[in-house]
Amino acid sequence: MGFITATADRLPIRNFTESAGLIRTLGASGFRRFSTYRQATVAATATNTMFGFLRTYVMLAVAGSAAALGGQAAGYDAPRLVTYVWAGQGLIGVVLLWGWTDLADRIRSGDVVTDLLRPVHPVLGYLLPDLGRAAYALLTRFTVPIAVGALAFDMYVPRRAATYPLFALSVLLALLVCFAGRFLANAAAYWLLDSRGVLMTWAVCSGVLGGLYFPIRFLPDWAAAVLYFGTPFPSLLQVPLDVLVERDPPLSQLGLLGLQAGWAVLLLWGCVAVQRRAERRLVVQGG
Amino acid sequence: MNVIETRELRKEFSVRVRRGLLRRERRTVAAVDGVDLTVQRGELLGYLGPNGAGKSTTLKMLTGVLHPSGGRVTVCGLTPVPQRIQLARRIGVVFGQRSQLWWDLPLRDSFELLRHIYRVPGGEHAARLRRCRDLLDLDEFLDTPVRQLSLGQRMRGELTAALLHGPQILFLDEPTIGLDVVSKQAVRGFLAELGERGDTTIVLTTHDLADIERLCRRIVVIDHGRVVHDGGIDALHARYGSQRRVVVDFDVAPAAPPVLPGVHLESATGPRLVFTLDGSASVGTLVSALTALGGLRDLSVAEPEIEEVIARLYRH
Repeated sequence: MGFITATADRLPIRNFTESAGLIRTLGASGFRRFSTYRQATVAATATNTMFGFLRTYVMLAVAGSAAALGGQAAGYDAPRLVTYVWAGQGLIGVVLLWGWTDLADRIRSGDVVTDLLRPVHPVLGYLLPDLGRAAYALLTRFTVPIAVGALAFDMYVPRRAATYPLFALSVLLALLVCFAGRFLANAAAYWLLDSRGVLMTWAVCSGVLGGLYFPIRFLPDWAAAVLYFGTPFPSLLQVPLDVLVERDPPLSQLGLLGLQAGWAVLLLWGCVAVQRRAERRLVVQGG
Repeated sequence: MNVIETRELRKEFSVRVRRGLLRRERRTVAAVDGVDLTVQRGELLGYLGPNGAGKSTTLKMLTGVLHPSGGRVTVCGLTPVPQRIQLARRIGVVFGQRSQLWWDLPLRDSFELLRHIYRVPGGEHAARLRRCRDLLDLDEFLDTPVRQLSLGQRMRGELTAALLHGPQILFLDEPTIGLDVVSKQAVRGFLAELGERGDTTIVLTTHDLADIERLCRRIVVIDHGRVVHDGGIDALHARYGSQRRVVVDFDVAPAAPPVLPGVHLESATGPRLVFTLDGSASVGTLVSALTALGGLRDLSVAEPEIEEVIARLYRH
């Protein structure tokens, strides 16, 4: 066979094997990329674990006060709050609430041009490696805090078998929502070039309004409803954690997953639309 | 068969200019201002111009990255922007100052990723990679993460990455920028072999005119967004009055140097005479006339420098 013999263009029909190969390889690239930095993983896991202890003691105080009054804290008893905290600490690295600036950096430097030269939609080109990254985080940053929490405290273990697959699905949807949110915050750099303000706003909102610092259910019902239906933030952590601790009956769990799925579809569509619009007004920085 | 066709291709950018403490004025700048270009299959085209002339902007429009502000463009029969993803399978691009490789992964993994992204059958991929490994000496750093490669090694990796899917057109934007002499020679040699095969069209922009002399039969010069020359290097020399020089040493300075049409005596220092020849003048005729004078000791002919011609063209 000749050397760089130009090949005839293949039909753009994606057969299953080729698409599966693309998904697997791009996903694996994200896994390998993040597994390269093992010390960073150790440092991040240690930090998540340490904050797990601090948050647990605060939540146990809340649960204790509620118990003294003869009730529960917004439907959570102490073991449920412990599971909520430690699973939440583990999920921080899986959904990756903050710290992802790859796209914004590439827009600023002009390197985003090479993303546009590949025969893969840029949103998919970033999403698939992010799934691989999340798989790596699931094995490391998720398991360690859960194990430490289980050893140190009395954690709630789900009673219904269906909760486990529902939780897995909810984490996947949370990851999609979080990826889309991060992508949109980064894409602001197409217009602003310096998107640090937007990224900071995303980081603060995703933590405070996402249920990381306290369960959103602690808020009055009307405020929680506004957050659930008006913003994607509770879909990041609050929903998967509520599914895991079985705070609601099975039908409500399904409803929460439906809400998450709605946000995932809406935000991913938003990513595609924003990317299309950004490409129309693209100025490649640095010539 | 034309693989690239542009008609009145334009790209305008809007820039804000400061006009006082708070006032900003919006101004439109034409980076590419009506470029007509036709490139046939298998051509190796040098696309030249001074900084800011519009070379890279043209390339980005040809590859579908930038929306043209006006005019028409087809590449491989496709309209680049709306059909960018289909076009990406038919072209390879190397931007000398940007990387298409994965920074954290070994070169080998980047190539494997590209195989899946471009959906190249395993056999084809392996054969092309083997050839690139041989020609570009990739083996010693194939398993090194891209972030640890030297510039020359990375550029060899970039070239390979751009070719593994067998593109019909290869766009190279300053591929030898910042490379040492040895790396430049390796890249040039590789491109020369690729160009000689004639099945891949190559569009090369560079400021290194040695690249152009070595590789390109046709050059297009662009300045202020417009094409100012389209033709061979010889045509460029003829158009801008390039002159060959003949340096002659005699035993004794001749009393009457020969006078011939198109031949000018530039200097006479003792027994050494320096002549300049217009494009039409014959070196053979001059040499015959000099030999007839007797006492000829040494003679050398210097071809015109392309740098000189291009500099004259930019200043024009």
